[in-house]
Amino acid sequence: MRVLLVDDEEELVSALGERLVLRNIEAEWFTTGSAALKRVASCCFDLAILDMKMPKIGGLELREKLRARCPDMKFIFLTGYGSEKDFASARGTDADYMVKPVDIERLLDTMQTLFNRSKGDT
Amino acid sequence: MKTTVRKQDDQGLRFFGQVIASVTHDIKNSLATINENAGLLTDHAAMAARGRPLDPEKVNVLAMRIMDQVKRADGLLKNMNRFAHSVDDSLKKVDLNEILQLLAALSVRFAAMSGANLDVQPSPKPVVIETSPFGLLNTLFLCLEVAMTAAGQGGSICLRPEKTDNGACVHFGPLPDAAMSNQDHCLSAFIDARLVKNSATRTLTLIIHDL
Repeated sequence: MRVLLVDDEEELVSALGERLVLRNIEAEWFTTGSAALKRVASCCFDLAILDMKMPKIGGLELREKLRARCPDMKFIFLTGYGSEKDFASARGTDADYMVKPVDIERLLDTMQTLFNRSKGDT
Repeated sequence: MKTTVRKQDDQGLRFFGQVIASVTHDIKNSLATINENAGLLTDHAAMAARGRPLDPEKVNVLAMRIMDQVKRADGLLKNMNRFAHSVDDSLKKVDLNEILQLLAALSVRFAAMSGANLDVQPSPKPVVIETSPFGLLNTLFLCLEVAMTAAGQGGSICLRPEKTDNGACVHFGPLPDAAMSNQDHCLSAFIDARLVKNSATRTLTLIIHDL
Protein backbone atom coordinates (compact mmCIF):
# COMPACT_ATOMS: atom_id res chain seq x y z
CA MET A 1 0.00 0.00 0.00
CA ARG A 2 1.34 3.43 -0.98
CA VAL A 3 0.32 6.15 1.43
CA LEU A 4 0.57 9.92 1.11
CA LEU A 5 0.48 12.03 4.30
CA VAL A 6 -0.11 15.79 4.34
CA ASP A 7 -0.20 17.92 7.50
CA ASP A 8 1.25 21.37 8.15
CA GLU A 9 2.56 20.14 11.52
CA GLU A 10 5.96 18.92 10.32
CA GLU A 11 7.00 17.01 13.46
CA LEU A 12 3.64 15.27 13.52
CA VAL A 13 3.51 14.20 9.90
CA SER A 14 7.14 13.04 9.80
CA ALA A 15 6.78 10.94 12.98
CA LEU A 16 3.52 9.39 11.75
CA GLY A 17 5.10 8.74 8.36
CA GLU A 18 8.11 7.04 9.94
CA ARG A 19 5.81 4.89 12.08
CA LEU A 20 4.01 3.67 8.96
CA VAL A 21 7.33 2.96 7.22
CA LEU A 22 8.44 0.88 10.24
CA ARG A 23 5.26 -1.16 9.67
CA ASN A 24 6.31 -1.88 6.07
CA ILE A 25 3.95 0.64 4.53
CA GLU A 26 5.31 2.72 1.67
CA ALA A 27 4.70 6.23 2.99
CA GLU A 28 5.71 9.71 1.87
CA TRP A 29 4.88 12.89 3.75
CA PHE A 30 4.51 16.59 2.96
CA THR A 31 3.64 19.72 4.91
CA THR A 32 1.73 21.52 2.15
CA GLY A 33 -0.94 20.56 -0.32
CA SER A 34 1.03 22.08 -3.19
CA ALA A 35 4.09 19.90 -2.43
CA ALA A 36 1.85 16.82 -2.32
CA LEU A 37 0.23 17.77 -5.64
CA LYS A 38 3.66 18.10 -7.24
CA ARG A 39 4.48 14.58 -6.04
CA VAL A 40 1.28 13.00 -7.37
CA ALA A 41 1.96 14.56 -10.75
CA SER A 42 4.50 11.77 -11.24
CA CYS A 43 3.03 8.90 -9.21
CA CYS A 44 -0.23 7.79 -7.66
CA PHE A 45 -0.89 6.61 -4.11
CA ASP A 46 -3.49 4.18 -2.82
CA LEU A 47 -4.46 6.27 0.16
CA ALA A 48 -3.97 9.80 1.46
CA ILE A 49 -4.03 10.87 5.10
CA LEU A 50 -4.85 14.57 5.11
CA ASP A 51 -5.13 17.20 7.80
CA MET A 52 -8.53 18.83 7.46
CA LYS A 53 -7.41 22.40 8.19
CA MET A 54 -4.24 23.61 6.54
CA PRO A 55 -3.22 27.02 5.20
CA LYS A 56 -3.75 27.67 1.49
CA ILE A 57 -5.18 24.26 0.51
CA GLY A 58 -7.31 22.53 3.15
CA GLY A 59 -7.85 18.78 3.29
CA LEU A 60 -11.22 18.74 1.51
CA GLU A 61 -10.01 20.92 -1.35
CA LEU A 62 -6.84 18.84 -1.62
CA ARG A 63 -8.94 15.66 -1.89
CA GLU A 64 -10.67 17.02 -5.01
CA LYS A 65 -7.33 17.89 -6.61
CA LEU A 66 -5.81 14.50 -5.72
CA ARG A 67 -8.89 12.66 -6.99
CA ALA A 68 -8.53 14.37 -10.35
CA ARG A 69 -5.05 12.85 -10.63
CA CYS A 70 -5.66 9.50 -8.86
CA PRO A 71 -9.39 8.59 -9.13
CA ASP A 72 -9.06 5.40 -7.04
CA MET A 73 -7.33 7.05 -4.10
CA LYS A 74 -8.87 6.60 -0.63
CA PHE A 75 -8.79 9.28 2.04
CA ILE A 76 -8.51 9.59 5.79
CA PHE A 77 -8.97 13.06 7.24
CA LEU A 78 -7.32 14.06 10.49
CA THR A 79 -8.96 16.80 12.49
CA GLY A 80 -8.38 18.50 15.83
CA TYR A 81 -11.99 19.27 16.62
CA GLY A 82 -14.18 18.73 13.61
CA SER A 83 -17.76 19.90 13.47
CA GLU A 84 -20.56 17.53 12.45
CA LYS A 85 -20.57 19.35 9.12
CA ASP A 86 -16.85 18.61 8.67
CA PHE A 87 -17.36 14.95 9.54
CA ALA A 88 -20.23 14.66 7.09
CA SER A 89 -18.08 16.19 4.33
CA ALA A 90 -15.18 13.90 5.15
CA ARG A 91 -17.03 10.60 5.33
CA GLY A 92 -17.95 8.55 2.30
CA THR A 93 -17.38 5.23 0.57
CA ASP A 94 -13.83 6.26 -0.22
CA ALA A 95 -13.09 8.25 2.92
CA ASP A 96 -13.17 8.35 6.69
CA TYR A 97 -12.00 10.71 9.39
CA MET A 98 -10.13 10.45 12.69
CA VAL A 99 -9.79 12.92 15.54
CA LYS A 100 -6.26 13.83 16.68
CA PRO A 101 -4.35 12.44 18.49
CA VAL A 102 -4.83 9.17 16.62
CA ASP A 103 -4.15 5.66 17.85
CA ILE A 104 -1.80 3.97 15.38
CA GLU A 105 -3.60 0.62 15.55
CA ARG A 106 -6.96 2.27 14.87
CA LEU A 107 -5.41 4.19 12.00
CA LEU A 108 -4.04 0.97 10.50
CA ASP A 109 -7.46 -0.68 10.86
CA THR A 110 -9.15 2.25 9.12
CA MET A 111 -6.56 2.20 6.34
CA GLN A 112 -7.06 -1.53 5.84
CA THR A 113 -10.85 -1.20 5.81
CA LEU A 114 -10.72 1.47 3.11
CA PHE A 115 -8.13 -0.47 1.14
CA ASN A 116 -10.19 -3.69 1.29
CA ARG A 117 -13.26 -1.75 0.21
CA SER A 118 -11.48 -0.62 -2.92
CA LYS A 119 -10.26 -4.16 -3.67
CA GLY A 120 -13.80 -5.47 -3.17
CA ASP A 121 -15.09 -2.96 -5.69
CA THR A 122 -12.84 -4.28 -8.46
CA MET B 1 -30.09 50.53 23.16
CA LYS B 2 -30.98 46.93 24.02
CA THR B 3 -30.18 45.93 20.45
CA THR B 4 -26.74 47.57 20.68
CA VAL B 5 -25.91 45.77 23.95
CA ARG B 6 -27.12 42.47 22.48
CA LYS B 7 -25.00 43.04 19.38
CA GLN B 8 -21.93 43.71 21.56
CA ASP B 9 -22.61 40.58 23.62
CA ASP B 10 -22.96 38.47 20.48
CA GLN B 11 -19.80 39.91 19.00
CA GLY B 12 -17.90 39.38 22.25
CA LEU B 13 -19.07 35.77 22.49
CA ARG B 14 -18.19 35.17 18.86
CA PHE B 15 -14.69 36.53 19.45
CA PHE B 16 -14.28 34.48 22.63
CA GLY B 17 -15.41 31.34 20.79
CA GLN B 18 -13.11 31.98 17.83
CA VAL B 19 -10.06 32.39 20.07
CA ILE B 20 -10.82 29.35 22.25
CA ALA B 21 -11.49 27.18 19.18
CA SER B 22 -8.22 28.29 17.59
CA VAL B 23 -6.08 27.79 20.71
CA THR B 24 -7.60 24.41 21.56
CA HIS B 25 -7.04 23.33 17.96
CA ASP B 26 -3.35 24.20 18.33
CA ILE B 27 -3.18 22.35 21.66
CA LYS B 28 -4.68 19.29 19.94
CA ASN B 29 -1.97 19.52 17.29
CA SER B 30 0.67 19.76 19.97
CA LEU B 31 -0.74 16.70 21.78
CA ALA B 32 -0.96 14.79 18.51
CA THR B 33 2.70 15.60 17.77
CA ILE B 34 3.71 14.42 21.24
CA ASN B 35 1.62 11.28 20.69
CA GLU B 36 3.33 10.39 17.39
CA ASN B 37 6.85 11.15 18.58
CA ALA B 38 6.36 9.20 21.81
CA GLY B 39 4.87 6.40 19.70
CA LEU B 40 7.90 6.44 17.43
CA LEU B 41 10.15 6.21 20.51
CA THR B 42 8.27 3.13 21.69
CA ASP B 43 8.53 1.66 18.18
CA HIS B 44 12.32 2.07 18.33
CA ALA B 45 12.41 0.65 21.86
CA ALA B 46 10.43 -2.39 20.68
CA MET B 47 12.85 -2.90 17.79
CA ALA B 48 15.80 -2.58 20.21
CA ALA B 49 14.23 -5.29 22.37
CA ARG B 50 14.28 -7.52 19.28
CA GLY B 51 17.99 -6.85 18.79
CA ARG B 52 18.11 -3.86 16.43
CA PRO B 53 20.63 -1.27 17.74
CA LEU B 54 19.07 1.89 19.19
CA ASP B 55 20.39 5.13 17.69
CA PRO B 56 21.03 7.53 20.62
CA GLU B 57 20.82 10.55 18.28
CA LYS B 58 17.37 9.47 17.08
CA VAL B 59 16.19 9.01 20.67
CA ASN B 60 17.54 12.47 21.53
CA VAL B 61 15.80 14.14 18.57
CA LEU B 62 12.46 12.55 19.43
CA ALA B 63 12.78 13.43 23.13
CA MET B 64 13.67 17.06 22.23
CA ARG B 65 10.63 17.28 19.96
CA ILE B 66 8.42 16.09 22.80
CA MET B 67 9.92 18.66 25.19
CA ASP B 68 9.46 21.43 22.60
CA GLN B 69 5.82 20.50 22.14
CA VAL B 70 5.25 20.54 25.90
CA LYS B 71 6.70 24.09 25.95
CA ARG B 72 4.48 25.04 23.00
CA ALA B 73 1.34 23.70 24.69
CA ASP B 74 2.31 25.41 27.94
CA GLY B 75 2.69 28.74 26.08
CA LEU B 76 -0.69 28.27 24.40
CA LEU B 77 -2.36 27.57 27.73
CA LYS B 78 -0.69 30.57 29.38
CA ASN B 79 -1.97 32.85 26.62
CA MET B 80 -5.44 31.33 26.82
CA ASN B 81 -5.42 31.89 30.59
CA ARG B 82 -4.38 35.55 30.15
CA PHE B 83 -7.10 35.95 27.55
CA ALA B 84 -9.71 34.39 29.85
CA HIS B 85 -8.73 36.84 32.61
CA SER B 86 -9.23 39.80 30.25
CA VAL B 87 -12.91 39.77 31.26
CA ASP B 88 -12.09 40.14 34.98
CA ASP B 89 -12.08 43.96 34.95
CA SER B 90 -14.38 46.14 32.89
CA LEU B 91 -11.93 49.02 33.29
CA LYS B 92 -8.20 48.63 33.81
CA LYS B 93 -4.86 50.22 32.96
CA VAL B 94 -3.19 48.10 30.28
CA ASP B 95 0.04 48.36 28.33
CA LEU B 96 -0.63 48.17 24.59
CA ASN B 97 2.83 46.65 24.04
CA GLU B 98 1.76 43.63 26.12
CA ILE B 99 -1.77 43.49 24.72
CA LEU B 100 -0.45 43.45 21.14
CA GLN B 101 1.98 40.64 21.97
CA LEU B 102 -0.93 38.65 23.41
CA LEU B 103 -3.12 39.45 20.40
CA ALA B 104 -0.38 38.32 18.00
CA ALA B 105 0.11 35.09 19.95
CA LEU B 106 -3.64 34.38 19.97
CA SER B 107 -3.88 35.18 16.25
CA VAL B 108 -1.03 32.99 15.00
CA ARG B 109 -3.36 30.36 13.59
CA PHE B 110 -5.71 32.92 12.00
CA ALA B 111 -2.71 34.59 10.37
CA ALA B 112 -1.35 31.24 9.13
CA MET B 113 -4.72 30.32 7.63
CA SER B 114 -5.01 33.66 5.85
CA GLY B 115 -1.36 33.50 4.75
CA ALA B 116 -0.37 36.71 6.53
CA ASN B 117 2.72 37.32 8.65
CA LEU B 118 2.31 39.33 11.86
CA ASP B 119 5.04 41.44 13.39
CA VAL B 120 4.61 43.46 16.58
CA GLN B 121 6.92 46.46 16.85
CA PRO B 122 6.60 47.48 20.50
CA SER B 123 7.09 51.04 21.59
CA PRO B 124 10.33 51.55 23.61
CA LYS B 125 8.21 52.80 26.52
CA PRO B 126 4.98 51.29 27.90
CA VAL B 127 1.87 52.60 26.12
CA VAL B 128 -0.63 52.62 28.98
CA ILE B 129 -4.32 53.30 28.52
CA GLU B 130 -7.31 52.84 30.78
CA THR B 131 -9.95 50.77 29.03
CA SER B 132 -11.85 47.49 28.93
CA PRO B 133 -9.13 44.85 28.35
CA PHE B 134 -11.54 42.39 26.68
CA GLY B 135 -13.17 45.14 24.62
CA LEU B 136 -9.75 46.32 23.52
CA LEU B 137 -8.65 42.83 22.48
CA ASN B 138 -11.91 42.30 20.60
CA THR B 139 -11.61 45.61 18.77
CA LEU B 140 -7.95 45.00 17.90
CA PHE B 141 -8.85 41.53 16.62
CA LEU B 142 -11.59 42.94 14.38
CA CYS B 143 -9.13 45.45 12.96
CA LEU B 144 -6.55 42.71 12.49
CA GLU B 145 -9.09 40.59 10.58
CA VAL B 146 -9.68 43.49 8.21
CA ALA B 147 -5.93 44.07 7.85
CA MET B 148 -5.23 40.36 7.18
CA THR B 149 -7.95 40.23 4.53
CA ALA B 150 -6.53 43.37 2.96
CA ALA B 151 -2.93 42.09 3.11
CA GLY B 152 -3.82 38.85 1.32
CA GLN B 153 -1.71 35.70 0.93
CA GLY B 154 1.93 36.27 1.82
CA GLY B 155 1.34 39.79 3.08
CA SER B 156 3.08 41.14 6.17
CA ILE B 157 1.34 43.25 8.76
CA CYS B 158 3.23 45.28 11.30
CA LEU B 159 1.37 46.21 14.49
CA ARG B 160 2.79 49.34 16.10
CA PRO B 161 1.40 51.07 19.21
CA GLU B 162 1.85 54.77 19.91
CA LYS B 163 0.90 57.01 22.86
CA THR B 164 -1.37 60.00 22.16
CA ASP B 165 -2.52 62.92 24.32
CA ASN B 166 -5.79 61.32 25.41
CA GLY B 167 -5.13 57.65 24.83
CA ALA B 168 -3.18 55.70 22.28
CA CYS B 169 -3.31 54.36 18.75
CA VAL B 170 -2.28 51.19 16.94
CA HIS B 171 -1.07 51.22 13.33
CA PHE B 172 -1.69 48.20 11.06
CA GLY B 173 0.26 48.14 7.84
CA PRO B 174 1.60 48.53 5.29
CA LEU B 175 -1.39 47.32 3.27
CA PRO B 176 -1.82 47.13 -0.51
CA ASP B 177 -3.14 50.35 -2.08
CA ALA B 178 -6.26 48.66 -3.38
CA ALA B 179 -7.17 47.55 0.13
CA MET B 180 -7.19 51.06 1.51
CA SER B 181 -10.75 51.85 0.47
CA ASN B 182 -13.93 51.08 2.36
CA GLN B 183 -12.34 50.06 5.68
CA ASP B 184 -14.68 51.91 8.03
CA HIS B 185 -16.97 49.10 9.05
CA CYS B 186 -15.00 46.92 11.44
CA LEU B 187 -15.34 48.58 14.84
CA SER B 188 -17.32 47.28 17.76
CA ALA B 189 -18.82 49.65 20.28
CA PHE B 190 -16.95 48.02 23.19
CA ILE B 191 -14.51 50.85 23.65
CA ASP B 192 -14.17 54.47 22.63
CA ALA B 193 -12.21 53.98 19.44
CA ARG B 194 -12.31 54.69 15.73
CA LEU B 195 -10.44 53.32 12.76
CA VAL B 196 -8.95 55.68 10.23
CA LYS B 197 -7.06 54.99 7.04
CA ASN B 198 -3.96 56.75 5.87
CA SER B 199 -3.43 56.18 2.18
CA ALA B 200 -0.04 57.93 2.22
CA THR B 201 1.45 55.48 4.72
CA ARG B 202 -0.87 52.62 3.60
CA THR B 203 -1.88 51.96 7.19
CA LEU B 204 -5.06 51.53 9.14
CA THR B 205 -4.86 53.25 12.51
CA LEU B 206 -7.04 52.44 15.48
CA ILE B 207 -7.36 55.53 17.65
CA ILE B 208 -8.25 54.61 21.22
CA HIS B 209 -9.37 57.06 23.89
CA ASP B 210 -8.99 56.44 27.60
CA LEU B 211 -12.34 55.42 29.12
